[in-house]
Amino acid sequence: MELICPAGTPAAFREAVEAGADAVYCGFRDETNARNFPGLNFSRQEMRQSIGLARGKGVSTFVALNTFMRAGAEALWYSAADDAVAMGADALILADFGLMAYVAEKYPDQRLHVSVQASASNPDAIRFLIEAFAAKRVVLPRVLTVQDIARLTRQIDCEVEVFAFGGLCVMAEGRCSLSSYATGKSPNMNGVCSPASHVRYRQDGTDLVSELGAYTINRFGPGEASGYPTLCKGRFEIGDVQGYAFEDPVSLDVVDQIDALKAAGVSALKIEGRQRGKAYVAEVVSSLKKALVASPEERAALVARLRTMSEGQRTTAGAYEKRWR
Amino acid sequence: MPSFPPFLARSIDVTPLWLVERVARTIFSGVLRAHPDLFERLGDYRQTRYGFAPVDLPLHFAVVPATQSLIVSRRGQSQPVDARIEGPLVLLLGLLEGRCDADALFFSRDLAVTGDMEAMLALRNALDDSTIDLPREIGALAGPFSPLVAGTARYIRARALEGRDVTWN
Repeated sequence: MELICPAGTPAAFREAVEAGADAVYCGFRDETNARNFPGLNFSRQEMRQSIGLARGKGVSTFVALNTFMRAGAEALWYSAADDAVAMGADALILADFGLMAYVAEKYPDQRLHVSVQASASNPDAIRFLIEAFAAKRVVLPRVLTVQDIARLTRQIDCEVEVFAFGGLCVMAEGRCSLSSYATGKSPNMNGVCSPASHVRYRQDGTDLVSELGAYTINRFGPGEASGYPTLCKGRFEIGDVQGYAFEDPVSLDVVDQIDALKAAGVSALKIEGRQRGKAYVAEVVSSLKKALVASPEERAALVARLRTMSEGQRTTAGAYEKRWR
Repeated sequence: MPSFPPFLARSIDVTPLWLVERVARTIFSGVLRAHPDLFERLGDYRQTRYGFAPVDLPLHFAVVPATQSLIVSRRGQSQPVDARIEGPLVLLLGLLEGRCDADALFFSRDLAVTGDMEAMLALRNALDDSTIDLPREIGALAGPFSPLVAGTARYIRARALEGRDVTWN
């Protein structure tokens, strides 16, 4: 299986390549990609140089143009696709059907991957994307079990990529409106989930309080590991109970299920984290690279130390091993 | 968690502020001169007034990248800032060089951030993409003593970051 690694900056890109990535995914510095954070991402020149660097080392570059086009501003997305193709991107990761149609028609030889943001998670949806736009690979949302994935891969004629490690989005990606509800901005349209412009942290005595827009998301006691201020991982009061209604502040880790995912027909494992620093990228990519060829017993030790770098300093297999059904 | 030696912190406490400020400004200007790419990635946030508060030093630093201004104040008399980061000095310097992951240090509560989070994020990303090497930058300011100063600074950095599993290439 291929290891698909994140890069939010050219420095992180170099780290991913050096650490053993089979492919690096990244995006331009604008709202065409779903990690449109301040100071992050690639200028046209940086992208061109990074693609060249990767190619020289036998590593592929996937350019993520995975937000939905704004009506009247389609040219921004079209020109990003034109530039990525001209620069020699090995694949474009797309979510918007209109942009998929543009790329499929104008660049029929360009490899097209379906972004997780397209939320394609059943055979009918994926078959449509293969037939309509010649999609070669689909990135599945993090809402399926390993058994679901195995059933799905048997029914479709394209490669399947799944998230193996990193931030855990627990919603139907591309359709989640929680960030939009709280801030007016979403990863789908603006490339930002819980945008930093709406985030505030404050100390309240010994507690750390995180706020998103007008909402208090969480209150962490002294020494308690903290998480991102997203509504889906907020601590809620429900009746007399205080707790996490959707998901705890945790990260995804299904490295112990690599063999099961391979048997399920998965072609590529994706590491989340374009918003993370180069130290994180280097550490996670090198650990997962080793884990891919390690025995199941060795894998646990390899990824155990990554837990301290994870949200909430804890990890979960999430829906991959859903047990409540 | 490695921290600044208390006896050194106490000696800084009695060092005149103008002297600390002069040394810090020289290093700060040298770093900015050597890494103009920082400005490009910071964008509009280069105008932001950033505060750095090492928890193991009796000092606060307020910097504005655009004007290369740096003000040092004693703890408890800190300047108003737009965005502030607080943590052990060695981790703040590790972040400056991109040797530590800021999110991981935030999750573990080793770092605390307040104020304008967009500005803080822009700074984090700009620093992470820069290849700042403090021993090299400080050494470059030491004229004929450059190799000695850079070597000593590298030794101190290695000791300070010992055990933090830094695998940055």
